[in-house]
Amino acid sequence: MMNYPAGEAADRAAARATDRAAAEPAITAHALTTVRGDRTVLRGLDFTVPAGQITGLLGPSGCGKSTLMRAVVGTQAKVGGSLQVLGRPAGDPALRSRIGYVTQAPSVYDDLTVRQNLDYFAAVLLPGRALRHDRRTAVDRAIADVDLASHADSLAGRLSGGQRSRVSLAVALLGTPELLVLDEPTVGLDPVLRRDLWNLFHQIAADRGTTLLVSSHVMDEAERCHRLLLMREGEILADDTPEALRRRNDTATVEEAFLRLVDAAATRAAHPHPRTTHEEPRS
Amino acid sequence: MSSARTLATAARVLRQLRHDPRSIALMLLVPCLMLFLLRYVFDGSPGTFDNIGASLLGIFPLITMFLVTSIATLRERTSGTLERLLAMPLGKADLIAGYALAFGLLAVVQSTLATGLAVWFLGLDVIGSPWLLLLVALLDALLGTALGLFVSAFAASEFQAVQFMPAVIFPQLLLCGLFTPRDRMAPALEAISDVLPMSYAVDGMNQVLRHPDVTGDFVRDALVVAGCALLVLGLGAATLRRRTA
Repeated sequence: MMNYPAGEAADRAAARATDRAAAEPAITAHALTTVRGDRTVLRGLDFTVPAGQITGLLGPSGCGKSTLMRAVVGTQAKVGGSLQVLGRPAGDPALRSRIGYVTQAPSVYDDLTVRQNLDYFAAVLLPGRALRHDRRTAVDRAIADVDLASHADSLAGRLSGGQRSRVSLAVALLGTPELLVLDEPTVGLDPVLRRDLWNLFHQIAADRGTTLLVSSHVMDEAERCHRLLLMREGEILADDTPEALRRRNDTATVEEAFLRLVDAAATRAAHPHPRTTHEEPRS
Repeated sequence: MSSARTLATAARVLRQLRHDPRSIALMLLVPCLMLFLLRYVFDGSPGTFDNIGASLLGIFPLITMFLVTSIATLRERTSGTLERLLAMPLGKADLIAGYALAFGLLAVVQSTLATGLAVWFLGLDVIGSPWLLLLVALLDALLGTALGLFVSAFAASEFQAVQFMPAVIFPQLLLCGLFTPRDRMAPALEAISDVLPMSYAVDGMNQVLRHPDVTGDFVRDALVVAGCALLVLGLGAATLRRRTA
C-alpha cells in the first residue's frame, strides 16, 4: 500500500469533496455545548468537518473527544447549540443508516463469531430477503477491509483485543456510510496494524468518498489526517491542516505545536489578559 | 417496526444461546428435575403434588425467563452493543420483540418438556387440556421476559441483576397462593396479591387443573397475565434510550 500522509490521497479526497455538494461540510457545529451530570464537557464549540476527508480529533484523555463524537452520532443527551450532520440535525432518524460509529471499547457480541456478528448488523442495516446478496457482499467486504478473513469463524470473545476492535470497525463499514465516526480506533494496536488501519482509512476516504472523524490521543497519528481539531478541556484549540499547524507554530511536529498551544491556553487561563502571544492569525 | 429486523434479532439471540449449551441445558432440565423431586417429596399425598406441580409449571418459565432476559439485556447495555444498535436504523420495538420471540421459543420448549414430564410420567392429574397449561406457561414466560427487560435498566451490573430476582419474584412467590390459598392470608396481603401478576398465573394453572373446559376465570387470568406482560414490555421499551448522558 501507499505511504501517506502526504500528497496524492489528500489531493484526491479534496478534489472529490469539492466535486460533490460543492464544499458543503459534513458536520457544522455552532455554540455546541454538552453537560454530563453537573459538568460542562463541551463549552460552546464552533467547527466544521469537511466532507470526503479525514479529520483527526486530538487531545488528552478526558478532554471531551468521545462526548463530541457521541453528540455527532446522536447518542449523547443534553446537547445544546446547533449541530448539523450531513445536512440534518444530529440524531435525526434519517441519519442512522448514513453514519458508521465505532465506540472506544469494541461493541460486538463475544458469544458470536465474527461473521455472525456482521451478519446480524448487516440484517439491521439491509433488512429483508431481497437484499440477501447485498448483505453477503457487504459482510465479505467488511471482513476483507479489516483483514480478518482467517478469523471469520472464530468467536469474537476468543480474539485478541486488537482483533475485536477490528470486528467493531468492520461493523461500522457495513452499510458504506457517508460519515465514519471512529473513537480511538487504533488504541492498543501494534505499529504494523496501526499503519494498515490508517492506510485503510485513507483508502476509504479516497475510493468511497467517505468523511472520517477519527479521535486519537497519539499525536503521531495526527500527521496522517487531512485536517485536525485539537481539543483541550472541552474547547477547540486549533482547527487546521497538520502542515499549517506546524508552520504557524514554527515546530517540527504536530505534537510540539499542540503542546505550545496547550501552554499558551494554560497561561491565558492563569492570567486572563486579552489574548496575545499565540492567538492564531486567521488565514 | 420491521418484521425482518425483529426476526434477525431473534435469530441472533438464539445463535448466541447456541454457543452456550450449558445454559440451555440448565434452562431446560432444571424445571424437570424440580418437578421430579417434588413428585417424590409428596410421594404420600398425590393431591398436594397436583396443586403445587401445576402452579410450578406456571412459575418456572416466569423465573427462568426473568433471569435470562435481565442478564442478556444487561450485557447488551454494558457491552455497548445496545448503544450501537440504537444508533442504527433499528426500532426499539424490533429489539424487544426479537428478544421476546427468541425467549418465547425457548419457553415453549421448556414448558413442553416440563408439562409433558409432569402429565405423562409423574402422574400429574390435570382435568383440563394440557394445551391450556402450555398456553399459560407461555404467557408466564412472556411476563418473565418483560419483567427482566424492565429490571435490567435499573441494574448496573450482573450482580445487581441477579439480586433483583429475589426482590421482584420472591414476594410474588409467597403471595401467589402456592403455599396457602390467597383468601386465607391477612386481608392486606390478599389485597396486594390481587395486583401481582403471578397470582393470576398460578390461578390460571389451577383452573386448568380442576375444570375440564375453559372457564371465565381462566380467560380472565390469561388476559391479566398477557396484559401485564405487554404493559411491562412497554415500560421496558421506555428504558431503552437512544440518547444517554
